[in-house]
Amino acid sequence: MTLPDGGHPPAQKSYREATARRRLAGILDPGSFTELLGPSERVTSPHLASLGLSVAFDDGVVVGEGRLGGSAVLAASQEGGFMGGAVGEVHGAKLVGLLRRAERERPAGVLLLLDSGGVRLQEANAGLVAVSEIMRALLSARAAGVPVVGLIGGGWGCFGGMGIVARCCDGLAMSEEGRLGISGPDVIEATKGVEELDAADRALVWRTYGGKHRYLLGEADLIVEDDLAAFRAAAAELLARPRPLDLDSLAREHERLARRLADFGGCGDAAEVWQLAAAPEPERLPLLDADAFRRTVAPARRGEP
Amino acid sequence: MERLAFELESAGPPAPRAPPVVVGVVASGNLEVLVEPAELDGRCRVEIATSAHGFGEIWDAVLRDFAARNAVAGLALSVNDAGATPAVVSLRLDQAVEEYLGQRP
Repeated sequence: MTLPDGGHPPAQKSYREATARRRLAGILDPGSFTELLGPSERVTSPHLASLGLSVAFDDGVVVGEGRLGGSAVLAASQEGGFMGGAVGEVHGAKLVGLLRRAERERPAGVLLLLDSGGVRLQEANAGLVAVSEIMRALLSARAAGVPVVGLIGGGWGCFGGMGIVARCCDGLAMSEEGRLGISGPDVIEATKGVEELDAADRALVWRTYGGKHRYLLGEADLIVEDDLAAFRAAAAELLARPRPLDLDSLAREHERLARRLADFGGCGDAAEVWQLAAAPEPERLPLLDADAFRRTVAPARRGEP
Repeated sequence: MERLAFELESAGPPAPRAPPVVVGVVASGNLEVLVEPAELDGRCRVEIATSAHGFGEIWDAVLRDFAARNAVAGLALSVNDAGATPAVVSLRLDQAVEEYLGQRP
């Protein structure tokens, strides 16, 4: 494409707008990524094929090895555009295989670029089993001393079983646009009614699930702009500070959760949580960029220092 | 799911051998195109799996135009289509060949 000034289009910066493959290219050291079980292998979903549905050559997840700041890492990137990044049998097995490889090869870490609505409903049982296997493999890699870092900034957020997987990581970086949860807004509206949660109310949805709320509650460790370079820097920072995986740290986490429930259990809206947490000017928080937001909420933020 | 296969004549020298590339995403109104080198005696092979049935003639026309625009002899293209329009298909095919040929050796 040629622009009027004769130049080239600017290099893609947005993490959210990038495909799974472009995200990996933007996060890892340039040219360092080697895909495992790539599209040419054609390991596609037998379940979708038997239902007469479209398959993807990579089953919606790109896995492989590369470098981040010179250190060897393994990485996976879910493609939300294909069936909402949902986890089927093959998709899940690729993630499990990558995490088991990490446990065996001990790279400097594993990066999970998460963009998923959860289990692929067309492969319900196989998908559910896959998610439990991912959790086991992830915790096993961490127990072996390999840090696992999650990045959430895609258009599909990170929901269902993959939401749980995300919180099994050593660290999580999110953009405001990223969302994290178990039951997504549409599921809650469908099961509990529109009075409980209006899934069409975008401000409400992002207030409830978005990166800023997750950062304020301490579930996301870093909040970054929707920018590939910002996510790259965040991934490197989180790899350098693994979280201990032992009984003490779990007990502390449970204490934090109990305190959170006591403090905020009565809130009907994230805005009330921000108010109670004494975040300054809670009504302005959605308008701040990542840096200003981080500074503003620092005194009110829950979670590990 | 409908499966279609085409063998296209393409002018110009055969495309050089390079690592396979994939572009696009199997999302509604979109498609993915996998490009691989192949021994095809000066032709280009295209295999399509599409969720939109009954559009073989349009695929044929779009692919003929594509093979006339690009020197694609010696390439095997595999397509997973989720109902992309002809314009989107043309752009993706061009993008796929551009990325395949633009790789560093």
